[in-house]
Amino acid sequence: MSTLALPAAPARWWQNRAVRRFARHRLALIGVVMITFLTFACVAGPWLLPYDSLFIDLRARFSPPLTGQHYLGTDPLGRDIAARLLMAGRISLLVGFCAMVLSTLVGALVGVIAGYRGGWIGAALMRMVDAFLAFPSIFLVLALAALLKPSPIMITVIIALTSWMEVARIVEAEVRSLREREFVQAGRMLGLSRSHIMFREILPNAMGPIIVAATLTVARAILLEAYVSFLGYGIQPPLPSWGNMLNGAQQYLASAPWLAIVPGITITMAVTSFNFIGDGLRDALDVRSDPV
Amino acid sequence: MLDSSTQPIEVTGKAALSVRGLTVSLPKGMERAHAVQGISFDLLSGQILCIIGESGSGKSVTAHAVMGLLPQSIRVSEGSIRLGDTDILTAGSEKMRSLRGQSVSMIFQDPLSALNPLMTVGAQINEAMMAHGVGTPESRRIRTLELLAEVGLPDPPLMYRQYPFRLSGGQRQRVMIAMALAMEASILIADEPTTALDVTTQAQILKLIRDIQRRKGMSVMFITHDFGVVAEIADSVVVMEKGRIVEQGSADQVLRNPSHPYTQRLIAAVPHLTSEDRVPPENAGAGGAPLLRVENLVKTYRSGSKLFRSERVVKAVDGVSFDLSPGRTLGVVGESGSGKSSLGRLLVKLMESDSGKILFEGQDIAGLKEDDFRALRPKIQMIFQDPFASLNPRSTIGHSLTVGPVAHGVPYAKARADAQELLTHVGLDAGAFGRYPHEFSGGQRQRVGIARALMFRPRLLVADEAVSALDVSIQAQILQLLDQVQRETGVAMIFITHDLRVASQICDEIAVMQRGKIVECGPPSQIFLNPQSAYTRELVAAIPGEQPGA
Repeated sequence: MSTLALPAAPARWWQNRAVRRFARHRLALIGVVMITFLTFACVAGPWLLPYDSLFIDLRARFSPPLTGQHYLGTDPLGRDIAARLLMAGRISLLVGFCAMVLSTLVGALVGVIAGYRGGWIGAALMRMVDAFLAFPSIFLVLALAALLKPSPIMITVIIALTSWMEVARIVEAEVRSLREREFVQAGRMLGLSRSHIMFREILPNAMGPIIVAATLTVARAILLEAYVSFLGYGIQPPLPSWGNMLNGAQQYLASAPWLAIVPGITITMAVTSFNFIGDGLRDALDVRSDPV
Repeated sequence: MLDSSTQPIEVTGKAALSVRGLTVSLPKGMERAHAVQGISFDLLSGQILCIIGESGSGKSVTAHAVMGLLPQSIRVSEGSIRLGDTDILTAGSEKMRSLRGQSVSMIFQDPLSALNPLMTVGAQINEAMMAHGVGTPESRRIRTLELLAEVGLPDPPLMYRQYPFRLSGGQRQRVMIAMALAMEASILIADEPTTALDVTTQAQILKLIRDIQRRKGMSVMFITHDFGVVAEIADSVVVMEKGRIVEQGSADQVLRNPSHPYTQRLIAAVPHLTSEDRVPPENAGAGGAPLLRVENLVKTYRSGSKLFRSERVVKAVDGVSFDLSPGRTLGVVGESGSGKSSLGRLLVKLMESDSGKILFEGQDIAGLKEDDFRALRPKIQMIFQDPFASLNPRSTIGHSLTVGPVAHGVPYAKARADAQELLTHVGLDAGAFGRYPHEFSGGQRQRVGIARALMFRPRLLVADEAVSALDVSIQAQILQLLDQVQRETGVAMIFITHDLRVASQICDEIAVMQRGKIVECGPPSQIFLNPQSAYTRELVAAIPGEQPGA
């Protein structure tokens, strides 16, 4: 019986439509390349550079980029900016990434429960989300950072605390529509437990929007960390971060502009790259963006 | 059953539309290279030509090619479509635009999505004329009112100001027909115009199309998958399979004496009303205690707000009672909104009932809490309507089948062995176990859905429109499979469907539902040959292409 014959085995992963859609998004590809490059540089770079990030070269203070042994110049204390930039990158990227993981976990949990349970439980959870959203997050971050002892872990938690709501909202909306789908009804018919249906049946189907939101959250978290550190409430020197490097550059803006320009460009690169990747993923996971 | 007193105005041998050697290519990577390949046919003026085929046969592509409405990725690579003296395929887009509407117009399957939800019905018909620069605002308005009356809509001036969402499916399709008539087009293309409608509404719309066609001497190209509809309306028939025409000829000839094996198979697969009752399986417990007894079941939907006095109360299931013995099948038949699907969901407790009893093996399960009922769930399983939506797209077939038993404490190895055995049993390759749902066709997925429901060896199966989304030939196979399963396992079945013909194939007893109530219940022979209620009579009479008892 020809109607019962199985179709051929699936194609390889790079022939997958979603992968192809992503590859067509040129900016997203550039973003992936840049982030890979940045991550690799931050992980391996400090070992490859001639100077340690804490080494003070007093004779070469304020040397501009591309002069002598210091590729990106030195700061007012004579420390190598390239070495500090990459060490700072480790901190900033790690804070951004961890904040994303934390906020996505919290957001997805709240979103799935609110979306699936609905009723007063859902309403209560979502009003909590609204309450968090109604707080001006910058001030919340600054207030918390001023009260608590600012360590990288604390900063990560604080940033996650102000950015999980977006994920929660996206997931809630997604789950609410998935809940009505027949395969969820089928799960109930099989007698699966509530948590099994929520996290094993529904959640994998909401992965697309979650991944997109998570990528954009990384960008936001990096920016927020830079912001708080720039104001002096974030990562404390001598531990470098992109934000506190900017902070130290303020008073020398006229005489040694590279102190601000180098970390500034790096932050911009990282944030825009993550945003491009997010856009690319959004299009890749949206079947409707296929050209007709 | 159509009024045959209205004779066709003229039936000449002249072709209103002639298609020659039409080939439409599909983009690379699709199932096949051509959507349609080298097809030729004539639509004679003043005739109704039915193009019939199963899903993927290329019938809709043909209709869209004639309208010049193919999506950009699909192109006509060869052939000609002549409309009078014009070749549509070489005509410019301006020329096509004036042809559309003025010479050819089209009605669609889903009238709700084909109508603009933000415009009144009148304005939309008006717009169709305005787009071609016809008449003055006043003359257009008068013409629109005439058209609304012509397609049999009540109170045209009121209808003129209505928005599409306020109309029923049948009324919307009438509006679409009025729009198609607005420019007095000589050719009407109807793409499955009655598929989304209830059977009684379908009969009315078919009659309307036939009447208008005769009155105006139009030529109609009617796309359908239903041989019943063909028998009802067609003058001539084109049968398509996988992009090719396998047979064409007059309706009488094709229906009575199909020459091509595919046509023969299709016609044989069409379910017919049978006046003979089904022989119940040997293991059916006819005499003993019923497996399921439903008493006075009620479910009410409320929307709006009591506070603002805008509350709407709809009784979806209104005092339903019946008995079901093991190994027997009860058909629940009704039109959309009759409450038959709500009833199904109440029985498997995907929805809570308001009052009444559901006695399953003597125990009332109506009031049980979800957590208490979970242990009983394996005994009552459901087959869903849409085999695309009812399987988790992110789970392999194997996972979908084993997850239930594993959750109820069956060791995974045993569940896997059971699943593989069942997959072969329902006619699928055991290799299907590791595959994802999107790799299967509709019929194959429905087999998976049946296998999933059988994993627990249930005592009661509720099949909610289990074959409605499938092509007739697949439908017949699935019905056969269900019958076989019942004979082997002695499972009791509740078979919910809108199609009386399908119900008559598989049910021992049929309950006809209307507005939440069972209006009649009895064996198929009684329902079809000697219906007691007026509503049942109406339903039976509306079945396309059937004479009861024939």
